[in-house]
Amino acid sequence: MKIYNGDKIIPGILIGVIILTFPLWLARGKAAATPDIKFDTPVIQKLAVKQCVLPKETMRTSHMVVLNDWRDAAVRNNTRVFTGMDGKKYDINLQNTCMECHSNKTHFCDQCHNYLGVNPYCWKCHIEPKETK
Amino acid sequence: MEDRSRRSFLKIGGACALGLSALPAIKVSAADVQSVFSPAPNALTGKKWAMVIDMKKCWEKGKEGCKDCSQACNHVHNVPDIGNPKDEIKWIWPEHFANAFPGQESEYTPEEIASKEFIILCNHCTNPPCTRVCPTQATWKRKEDGVVMMDPHRCIGCRYCMAACPFGSRSFNFRDPKPFVKDPNPKYPARMRGVVEKCTFCEERLAKGQIPACVEACKAKALVFGDLDDPKSEVRKLLHSNYTIRRKPELGTEPNVYYII
Ligand code: HEC
Ligand code: HEC
Ligand code: HEC
Repeated sequence: MKIYNGDKIIPGILIGVIILTFPLWLARGKAAATPDIKFDTPVIQKLAVKQCVLPKETMRTSHMVVLNDWRDAAVRNNTRVFTGMDGKKYDINLQNTCMECHSNKTHFCDQCHNYLGVNPYCWKCHIEPKETK
Repeated sequence: MEDRSRRSFLKIGGACALGLSALPAIKVSAADVQSVFSPAPNALTGKKWAMVIDMKKCWEKGKEGCKDCSQACNHVHNVPDIGNPKDEIKWIWPEHFANAFPGQESEYTPEEIASKEFIILCNHCTNPPCTRVCPTQATWKRKEDGVVMMDPHRCIGCRYCMAACPFGSRSFNFRDPKPFVKDPNPKYPARMRGVVEKCTFCEERLAKGQIPACVEACKAKALVFGDLDDPKSEVRKLLHSNYTIRRKPELGTEPNVYYII
C-alpha cells in the first residue's frame, strides 16, 4: 500500500493530534484543586455544638433549596424565624445568619462554587462578609 | 399453580413500584416537619400601617436643612447616592408643595407653604395601581398589614409599576448602585442594575419589632407611624384632632401617608 504524499500527511496528522490534545497535555498533573472548605471562623469556633441549620449532609446537597425557602419565607410570607435541628431558632437572613457563621466566604462557599463553575448571582445585591485574610 | 405465582409476582412488583413513587412525597413531608417557619414573637403587627407627617413640626422644630429621616433610611437600606437626577434612587425625599400636591396651589398659597419642602415616600396605598400591573408579582399589597411589598428577587425590571405609580415613589436602577453606596450597611442587601426599588415601610424592621428608621431618626417627632385600624393608635388620634391632606386623593388610590400642614 502506498500513500501519496505520505511524508507530509503522516506528520500532518501527528501535529493535528498534538494540537487537539494540547489542553490535556497542558493540564497534565495539575488536577483542579479539590475544594478545601474551612470551618474555623470566629463564630463557628465559639459554637458549643458545631452544626449547621440543618444536618450537614442536607446542607451539602440542598443548601440552595434551603436558601430559596428562606428567601420566600422572609420576603414573601413574612416569617423570619427558622426552627432547625433540636428546636434551635435562627433569624432567616443570608448576610446576618449564614454568613455570620460562614464569614470565610472565599474559603467556604467560593471553594466549592469555583470548583464547580457555579456563580450564584446573590452577591450582586447581597453584601459579602468582610474577610481579613 | 404457575398462574398464581405470576400473579403474586406482579402484585409484589406493583406494591414496590408504588412505594418507590411515594418516597419523594414522604421525604418532603419529613423535611416539612423538620423545618418550621414562623414570625418573630416581638414583630410589630398592624392591620393597616400608615404614617402621619406633621410638616409644621418638621419646619418649626427641625433644623434648617435637616435630613435625619432620609439619611437614616438611605443608610439602613443601602440606597445609593448617584448624584444625578436621571439615575437617582429615592425612598424618602423632599419635594416642593406644587410638586407634592399638584392642583392644590394657587398664586395666593402662603409663602411659608409654597416655598417649603415636604417629606415624600411611598404612600402604601389601600388601592395600589402599581401592584396590579406587575407581571411577576414582584410587588404586591400584603394582605395582613397593607405594606406594598417589593421582592427584588422576582423583579424583571419591566418598570410597569413605575408607569402605574402616580406619585413617583419608585426608582429604577439604571446602573449598578453598589459603587454609589458610600458606607454600606452590612446587615441589609443592596440592589443590582435592572431592578425597581422603593420604600417598604421598613417591613424588615417591623418583623423584628422596630419602627421605621425614618420615624426613629426624626428628633422633631414629625413622623408618626401606626395602625389605622386601631382607634387608640397615635396616628388615629392625630387624624382625629388635625386637618390632614393626602397626595392626589382624586385618583382613588387611597394613600396611607397623611400630612398635617
Ligand atoms: C450557627 C452557625 C451556622 C449557620 C447560621 C449556618 N451554618 Fe452552615 N455550617 C455550620 C457548621 C458548623 C457546619 C459544619 C457542620 C458539620 O461539620 O457537621 C456547616 C456546614 C455547612 C455546609 C456543608 C459543608 C460541607 O461540609 O459540605 C453548607 C453548604 C453550609 N453550612 C451552608 C450554610 C448556609 C447556606 C447557611 C444559611 C442558610 C448556613 N450554612 C448557616 C455553621 C453554620
Ligand atoms: C460543599 C460544597 C459547597 C459549599 C461549601 C457551598 N456550596 Fe453552594 N453550591 C454547591 C453546589 C454543588 C451547588 C449546585 C450547583 C448546581 O446545581 O449546578 C451550589 C449552588 C448554590 C446556589 C445556587 C446557585 C445557582 O445559580 O443556582 C447558591 C445560592 C449557593 N450554592 C449558595 C451558597 C452559599 C451562600 C454558601 C456558603 C455559605 C455555599 N453555597 C457553600 C456547593 C457548595
Ligand atoms: C436584586 C437584588 C437581589 C438579588 C440578586 C438577591 N437578593 Fe436576596 N434580597 C434582596 C433584598 C433587597 C432583600 C431584603 C428584602 C427584605 O428584607 O424584605 C433580600 C432578602 C433575602 C433573604 C431574606 C432576608 C435577608 O435579608 O437575607 C434571603 C434568604 C435572600 N434574599 C436570599 C437570596 C439568595 C439565595 C439569592 C441568590 C440566589 C439572592 N437573595 C439574590 C435583594 C436581592
